[in-house]
Amino acid sequence: MSATLPDINIALPNGATARRVEDEFHGDLLEISLGPHHPSTHGVFRMNATLDGEIITTLKPVFGYLHRNHEKLGETNSYLANIPYTDRLDYLASLTNNWAYVHAVEKLAGFVPTERCEYLRVILGELSRIINHVCLVGFLLNDLGTSFTPLLYSLRERERMLDLLEELTGARMMYNFMRFGGLRTDVSADWLARLKTYLEGLFARYLDEQDALLTGNEILLARTQGTGVLKPGLAINAGITGPGLRASGVDYDIRKVDKYSIYERFDFRVPLGEHGDTYDRYMMRMLEMRESVKIILQAMRDLPEGPVNDPKAKSRGLRPKAGEAYGRIECPKGELGFYLISDGTPNPYRYRVRPPSFINLTVLEDMCVGQTLADAVITLGSIDIVLGEVDR
Amino acid sequence: METLEQIRDRIAAQFGAGAVTLVTNPGPAAQHSLLLASHAARDIARFLRDDPGLRLDFCSNATGVDWPDKEIVETTKTTQPDPAGGPAKVVETKTKRLQPGCLEAVYHLYSMALKSPAPVIIRLRTVNRTDDVTLPSLTPVWRSCEFQEREIYDLYGIVFTGHPDLRRILMWDEFKDHPMRKDYVSPDDYEWEPTPHDDVLERAKAHYPAPSASTTQTPEVTK
Repeated sequence: MSATLPDINIALPNGATARRVEDEFHGDLLEISLGPHHPSTHGVFRMNATLDGEIITTLKPVFGYLHRNHEKLGETNSYLANIPYTDRLDYLASLTNNWAYVHAVEKLAGFVPTERCEYLRVILGELSRIINHVCLVGFLLNDLGTSFTPLLYSLRERERMLDLLEELTGARMMYNFMRFGGLRTDVSADWLARLKTYLEGLFARYLDEQDALLTGNEILLARTQGTGVLKPGLAINAGITGPGLRASGVDYDIRKVDKYSIYERFDFRVPLGEHGDTYDRYMMRMLEMRESVKIILQAMRDLPEGPVNDPKAKSRGLRPKAGEAYGRIECPKGELGFYLISDGTPNPYRYRVRPPSFINLTVLEDMCVGQTLADAVITLGSIDIVLGEVDR
Repeated sequence: METLEQIRDRIAAQFGAGAVTLVTNPGPAAQHSLLLASHAARDIARFLRDDPGLRLDFCSNATGVDWPDKEIVETTKTTQPDPAGGPAKVVETKTKRLQPGCLEAVYHLYSMALKSPAPVIIRLRTVNRTDDVTLPSLTPVWRSCEFQEREIYDLYGIVFTGHPDLRRILMWDEFKDHPMRKDYVSPDDYEWEPTPHDDVLERAKAHYPAPSASTTQTPEVTK
């Protein structure tokens, strides 16, 4: 009986082959719902997956569990009152959210930030990028099954940076620190010196340690190389931005393209991947952290004296002239943009957030189909989403 | 990079002068935009993406804007000579005009190939806000519109024709209204949510018909 059965190998999209099993369960697809409460989804995110054995055949993301209509709230608030709300979007990197929003309002109202403020924004924005990537690397490795130790090392470093930011802004995560044309307070030389000591000392040691322990680890390579591959053509068409795009080899970094703020004054590289797989996305984060440290040290070296706030920029009761503006920056997860329409009243007529995490999920299904379920978990982990921003 | 006027002229030459209008932005950002006629929008979008001089391969942001019907009061001043021979009087007459509203979809396009720092903004407008709210979907041109157009459909109620999977994305499927519209009335009680439960109970009545009015006896429970 068994000798008459044809031996059929099924070619999978990623090049591997699966062997057809002839038994009573053959052809049955299993539908499972991962989430909304699942440790691998990093929040209240749900994936409805159809499985053929262990292989994913379809995968539909389901959103909205954390939806609070942030954009409607933005239309009822004044321009200034929206700044603390932006902290709640991507709560792992709140300072870049603040920055993107004030950048868009500055475009809308025609403000120019002061020189010292631009340097401090670069320092804080890059620190925010480091905190985000530290978290990502830790959680991704945890998803891979490294059983907490690398995550603990990562969170230990994040804690040290959060302590510094708490001292500066008074809050550990919801900083509410940037203002139109400036910052809420100036930054002391002592604080900057301690940040420098930390980045050159303990943090550099952490990066080296992480690389030595994990980056070349055989199990990590076996698990991440060749999984969740994203082709550059699809990545561009689907609007993927940030490290996920650059891992596919597309050289597009808004810090270099738009030259917003003062990024053209610093010497830094944009790391590029080659294969667009999970390993490349992991490596992008490790390399970007080193570049961010370089940018921060250069900004500290060149930091000018002077006022931190533009005295002409108005914060309270700001009524920009009727018009619209789209401002975008390179936030740790990709392009974060704010599209604002003013009708001359103190509230924005339209307040739109262009959320990178949300749009980067467009290709989740394409990356996961044909992979095993365990690989879908790390693919999602390497895309880097925060549900506060996805659901808004 | 071509200016927006040049892009407009090239679109007008290829698709007809009625297909595109330049919308100026009076604010300091001066990000002007192109209003496209919806019947030609998808072809124009393909042209913008594939043209070797533009190569707008990256649709960064797609979003909706609600413009409700607006009552515009226009004041016209006319001078009327005084029949008694005095100085001429200035009479103000106010005329009210209803400017019909629309729903608008706005797309911010960039070129990753040419690394353009400034966006090319295109807008599409529906005929009105009530019964003719369809626009052509640009998801076949830029995949990045897929979830964003679903979000516009969900929050604004623009129906995108040709979208592969147009469902609600942020609100739950049974939700009836479009919350980002300017005339949306928020619920009195946020704790109460419409659930499919009531509909299910209503449908269940078909299986357990109520006793007819002619029978006065209470129906016995069969064991």
